[in-house]
Amino acid sequence: MSEAVDHPYRERRGVLRGLWASRKGRGLIYQVLLFSVLLLLILILVSNAFYNMEQRGLKAGFGFLNRTAGFGIVQSLVSYEETSTYGRAFVVALLNTILVASIGVVLATMLGFVIGVMRLSPNWMIARIATIYVETFRNIPLLLQILFWYVAILKPLPAPIDLFQQGESFFLSFNNRGLVFATPLPQAGFSLVLWALSLAVLASIAWSWYARRRQLQKGDQLPVLWPCLAGIVGLPFAVFLLLGLPLDFVPPVMARFTYEGGSTVVIEFFALLWALVIYTAAFIADIVRAGIQGIPYGQSEAAYSLGLKRTQTLKLVTIPQALRIIIPPLTSQYLNLTKNSSLAAAIAYPDLVSVFAGTALSQTGRAIEIMFMTLSVYLSLSLLTSLAMNIYQRRTQLVER
Amino acid sequence: MVTGKGEKIIEINNLQKSFGTFVALRGVSLNVRKGERIVICGPSGSGKSTLIRCINRLEVPDSGSIVVDGVALSDDVKAIEGIRRQVGMVFQQFNLFPHLTVLENCTLAQIWVAKRSQKAAEETAQHYLERVHIPEQMHKYPGQLSGGQQQRVAIARALCMEPKVMLYDEPTSALDPEMIAEVLDVMVEFAESGMTTVCVTHEMGFARKVADCMIFMDEGKIVEASDPNTFFTKPKSERTKLFLNQILEH
Repeated sequence: MSEAVDHPYRERRGVLRGLWASRKGRGLIYQVLLFSVLLLLILILVSNAFYNMEQRGLKAGFGFLNRTAGFGIVQSLVSYEETSTYGRAFVVALLNTILVASIGVVLATMLGFVIGVMRLSPNWMIARIATIYVETFRNIPLLLQILFWYVAILKPLPAPIDLFQQGESFFLSFNNRGLVFATPLPQAGFSLVLWALSLAVLASIAWSWYARRRQLQKGDQLPVLWPCLAGIVGLPFAVFLLLGLPLDFVPPVMARFTYEGGSTVVIEFFALLWALVIYTAAFIADIVRAGIQGIPYGQSEAAYSLGLKRTQTLKLVTIPQALRIIIPPLTSQYLNLTKNSSLAAAIAYPDLVSVFAGTALSQTGRAIEIMFMTLSVYLSLSLLTSLAMNIYQRRTQLVER
Repeated sequence: MVTGKGEKIIEINNLQKSFGTFVALRGVSLNVRKGERIVICGPSGSGKSTLIRCINRLEVPDSGSIVVDGVALSDDVKAIEGIRRQVGMVFQQFNLFPHLTVLENCTLAQIWVAKRSQKAAEETAQHYLERVHIPEQMHKYPGQLSGGQQQRVAIARALCMEPKVMLYDEPTSALDPEMIAEVLDVMVEFAESGMTTVCVTHEMGFARKVADCMIFMDEGKIVEASDPNTFFTKPKSERTKLFLNQILEH
């Protein structure tokens, strides 16, 4: 017990007071306290929910997912009928959410990078246009923007009934119902077209590999993007023509009030996608601008002094370095876009919130289960996005001493 | 300047440049001949950095003309890129690309500007990295090197483009004293191999060793231009004497 001799003042204090005196110990006490409070809170919430359900004579469980939903959904990526189950409705709604979120993320990123780089352009006009874009669209509430594109721009488009005679069939039309097109039905031999497509993709990979090898050895830069694009589009198309167009189309036909048949991407999808992309791109543009400006100007000067052009400098020097600044806030914007897609409910785009947490919830009254499922979906989508972006972020990290 | 050393490679005529109300250059004229080594010194704010940054158009002068290797600098982007290709520059802050390895720093412009093969670019890079005495650091990132090593890589990076002229903008001012020597040694080596050099520096030892011509600038003008011997022993202007006294005392 030599320690007691070394620190005689410790002896008089209790274990807890000793803990309190050390920084580590104090931290531990705070953590235990915080954890207990959180646990208590969760316990209260859960027991309260079960108590309420018991009072109303409800039983918790996910059995309702196998019951017939009985309502229609205007857009579904997988087959769905009114006789399908609630479980099926959940899948359809989830896919609709993922559809608008994933396309939205890609488009918003592209638009955001372009606008962000435009803002730094030495051209006064281009920079000003980009600034006005950013300041306008990020300062108007998203819900208003969705309603604006929907009510003021897309819904006033002509209706099918204004465009076509009764009995008339049409191939493709963008009207106030959405993008309406003839449903393609592959005929015998169409698989050859798909084979041609895969072949073209493989050839493109081989070509870019060869171009890179040749650069390594001879130094000339062969064009890659355009030949590959031409191959990927051209080859399947040529095969398609040679086989005598092995694709039938079932066109939509105008009936008395509206069209029948064909396939439709509903107008609400375009309104929501458009609004989400325009709105999020404004934020991404500002993130990209800040990221690029965060790189010392000396980097660009060094690149210029070596003879690199402005676009090469951006592509090879500035943006690769800016990415490590851009990625964390960019991830939040991806998450925001995904979560904001739940505003679809305002214009009745059949996403997860409007279909599952809306219609299905009001029909079944399974508030806890449905809310739990819906929350979990958004949480997992967000966590997955974060995970992917973190992995990417690690790859752009600078190596320091 | 020193005559009989071949044709002019840089002709600067009556260059003027202001930043807002601050006048950095008040009509500077200077000719540099092939193989000539010019050292520019002067107090801070005297316009020496602005002058050499105008040569590869990192600064755009307000008036006056610059002709580099027969090409007049204008707003013509192609001409500017062509001149930058011929003129290497080393900065005070090194400005290495931190996301690329030392080797990639040296091959980037060779591949994208000079259109060399990666193999040829790497060979050239290795050659110059050896000449700046750091071939073994090739696969490290700039952040893993000391300041002196970074500046030597920056010199190698510029030389890889095989420029006709090297510009140094206070290359040792951001270095710890013990690293200055290793950078100066490399600079002396290349200057003595016949590379046309324009260097802004206060390293008078370096100047004595390599300069064909010393230039002293103050308040945006060239106050004195003479051979190093005259410059250090009997400068003409009082201002130059005062400046030399100040920096040589230490």
